[in-house]
Amino acid sequence: MHLSKQDEKALDGEFGSSLSVAYRILLAIGEATEAEKLVSIKWAHISGVNYNTIGDAGLKFLTEFSKDARVSVQTTLNPMGYDKHKKSIISDEFQNKQTSIVKSYMKMGILPSFSCVPYEIFDMPRKGTHVSFAESSAAIMANSMYGLLTNKESALSALASAITGKAPYSELHNEELRRPTAQVGVDTPLSNELDYGLLGYFAGNAISNSCVSLGCHGKDLNIMKAKSLSAALGTAGSCGMFTQEETNSEKIGFGKKEKDTVRDELNTTDNGDLIALGSPQLGINELELISKSVVGKKFSKPCMIFCPRAIFNEAFKLGIAQQIENAGGNLICDACTCLTPLITSDEYDGIITNSTKGSYYFNKFNRIPVCLKDLKTILKEHLK
Amino acid sequence: MIEYVKCKKIVGGVGTGRIVYTKYPLNFLSSVDAHTGVVSDPSHDLMGISLKNSILIFPNAIGSSVGAYSIFALKSYGVAPSGIICTIKVDITTASGCAIADIPLAQTIKGDQLQGLSDNSEAILDANNGSLKINKV
Repeated sequence: MHLSKQDEKALDGEFGSSLSVAYRILLAIGEATEAEKLVSIKWAHISGVNYNTIGDAGLKFLTEFSKDARVSVQTTLNPMGYDKHKKSIISDEFQNKQTSIVKSYMKMGILPSFSCVPYEIFDMPRKGTHVSFAESSAAIMANSMYGLLTNKESALSALASAITGKAPYSELHNEELRRPTAQVGVDTPLSNELDYGLLGYFAGNAISNSCVSLGCHGKDLNIMKAKSLSAALGTAGSCGMFTQEETNSEKIGFGKKEKDTVRDELNTTDNGDLIALGSPQLGINELELISKSVVGKKFSKPCMIFCPRAIFNEAFKLGIAQQIENAGGNLICDACTCLTPLITSDEYDGIITNSTKGSYYFNKFNRIPVCLKDLKTILKEHLK
Repeated sequence: MIEYVKCKKIVGGVGTGRIVYTKYPLNFLSSVDAHTGVVSDPSHDLMGISLKNSILIFPNAIGSSVGAYSIFALKSYGVAPSGIICTIKVDITTASGCAIADIPLAQTIKGDQLQGLSDNSEAILDANNGSLKINKV
C-alpha cells in the first residue's frame, strides 16, 4: 500500500506514538485487503466502549492511546454497558472502569453518542461518501441502505481511521468491488423482522464474500427489517454489504428448512423471565410501534427496551416514552441488549427477544437461553 | 519430516508453537476466553483447546468488531497464539488485533496445503519471510 511521505513519517513515530500505532493498524489492514492507497474519510464510528467486552486490557490500551491521540474527523461512539441516569445493579468497580473508558474516548474528541444505530440519530452524508464504521450492523446498514462506503471495520481499525482521517482503499471502499460475488436465493416468505434476521444469520454463515446478493429487496424492506438483517449478517460472518443486484454466482437456497434450522439453533428455550428489545438499539419508529400496542395494557414480565438517548429524548417530547414506561417498559439509554452487564444468568433464566444478534450473544456470551419471537408476537403475548 | 508452506506477510515477526488447526471461523469476542486463551464455545470444534503459544491456523474471524480488542487482551494476559495464519481471508478484525498485539500474522497462498495437519506438529511462522516451517509428527 502506497504511503505519502507524511504518512511514512507518522508511521515512524515523528508525530507521536498514538499516530504511529494508528498507521501500523492501517498498514496491516492495507496488506490484508490488498489496498493500493489510503482514502480520506468523513466519519468514523467506533466500537469497543462497553467495559464488559474490552475489559482491563482495552481500558489500559485506551488510557495510554488517548494521551496524544486526537480524532481528525467526526467520530461517534457505540453503546457502553449501562444507563448512568438509572439506578442499576452495576458494581462501583464496573462503573469506575466504564467511566475511565468513556473519558479516554472523549479526550480524543469523540462524540459520546453511545449508539449502535448512528444512522437513526445523525444526518447521513450523501451517497458515495467514504466513512469507517466499526459495529458490524452499522457498517452493513451504511453500505447497503445508505450508499456510504465502508469496510466492515474492527474497533481498532475504525479508531485508527478516526485519528488519521484515512482508511485503506480496498474492498467495499472501491466502487468496482461493491458488486456481489455470492448470492442467497430466498424461497420462503419473509413476513417480519425476525425472518430477516434468520436470513441474515444464514447468509453470514454460508458465505465469506464482502458483498452478497439477497433476493429480498423491494418496498417490503423497511429500516426495522434491514436492521435485523444487517445485525444478524454481521454477527454470523464477515460479509459487509447486501444488495439486490444480481450475480452469476451459484445461488445458495434459503427455504423453510434453512429458516427452521437457524431458528432451532438460536431459539433455546420456550419461555423467559425478561423481555429484552433493542439489538440494534430501537429507533423512533420502533418505539412508536410499541407505544401503539401498550395502550391500556401492562407488560406481564419485566421488559428492558434499549435505545439511544437522542431517540429517548425525542420519544419523551412526543409522549411515547411515557406511554411505554407507564405500561412497565423500562427504557434504557446509552447501552444495548447485546453484552450489557444488566442482563446476567444470575438474574435471569431465559430471555424473550426478537433479535437474532442478541440471541447469538445471550446464548454464547451471557450463557442465557433465548426464546426468539417477532416483535408483534412478543407484544401480543406479553401485554395484558 | 519438515515441510515448508509459503504464505503472505500481513504483520511481521516470528513465532513458534504447536499447530492448532480448524476449518471453522472464530468469533474472538464470544468464543475465546480472553483470560485463559481457551476456546469456550461448545459448538466450535476447538472447544476446550488453548490457543496459548500456538500457531493458530483458521479461515478468518467473524462477528463482532470488538474481536480486535479480544486478540489484544489475549496478548495482554499472556495467553495469545505465537502466530496466526488465515486460510480464507485476512479479515480486518484479525489484522488490526494482531497489529497492536505484535502477533505475527500471515495468509496462506493455497489454503488446501494445510489440510490434514496434526495438532501435535510443531511449527515456526516466519511472517517476515512468508514461510511456515512444520515439523510433522
